[in-house]
Amino acid sequence: MTTLTAKDKDAVRTFWAKVSGKEEDIGTDAVARMLAVYPQTKTYFAHWKDLSPSSPSARKHGITVMKGVADAVSKIDDLKGGLLGLSELHAFTLRVDPANFKILSHCLLVVLSIMFPNDFTPEAHVALDKFLAAVALALAEKYR
Amino acid sequence: MVEWTDFERATIADIFSKMQYEVVGPAALARCLIVYPWTQRYFGNFGNLYNAAAISGNPMVAKHGTTILHGLDRAVKNMDDIKATYTELSVLHSEKLHVDPDNFKLLSDCLTIVVAAQLGNDFTGEVQAAFQKFLAVVVSSLGRQYH
Repeated sequence: MTTLTAKDKDAVRTFWAKVSGKEEDIGTDAVARMLAVYPQTKTYFAHWKDLSPSSPSARKHGITVMKGVADAVSKIDDLKGGLLGLSELHAFTLRVDPANFKILSHCLLVVLSIMFPNDFTPEAHVALDKFLAAVALALAEKYR
Repeated sequence: MVEWTDFERATIADIFSKMQYEVVGPAALARCLIVYPWTQRYFGNFGNLYNAAAISGNPMVAKHGTTILHGLDRAVKNMDDIKATYTELSVLHSEKLHVDPDNFKLLSDCLTIVVAAQLGNDFTGEVQAAFQKFLAVVVSSLGRQYH
């Protein structure tokens, strides 16, 4: 939608500094919620033995996803360029429908709201929502 | 007709029995107006919506947020026929208020996030699923009479 302003980037970086150290918990909780609240997302993980939100596969995947998000924060000045490899992965190998990026973004925001109720102000919320939308766009770059 | 499990019914009843309407309502509406600023189009007569601080402190926003949240009470009491419960409200939002139904989802996402902050770890994945399902039914019912 809209490009990230300098203010947005600052807000994201500031908030992310507070999140430091809790990335794994955030990632695992977000993926667990995604599987619980949006069961259609489980269709991408039919190869897992255990599809329950608290399974080892789900936890591991939450950590993987969160590493990607943390990486995106560090590349916030050039998401399209920085996430090119990840975009190719999602486009050619994983082929995740981009609608699902919105779903996972929402779950991430819910987790942040729970874990950082005082820091996740409306101002931080809008900056992070824009950032995650920009990440989703960068991930969908190579789709077609 | 929507099927509700015992867990879902109990969860919705529980959330609303503990609901702090005057905190959650205003916070959810303010967040919606801040995070999705185009929603401000419906509140031209609310005065100062110039920035996040103004929106969060605006008494008209607060009052309206509380009103909207109480609007959910009837659905909580009539979970087996939310569609009929909201027929008139749907017509109102379509014919008189001219609200794009996509906005209902935006407000509902903000409400989820505010309730999550209130309930903390009690807002588990299962609770979130029940709450979002409830809101999705409400949202669908509110959009039902549009033509």
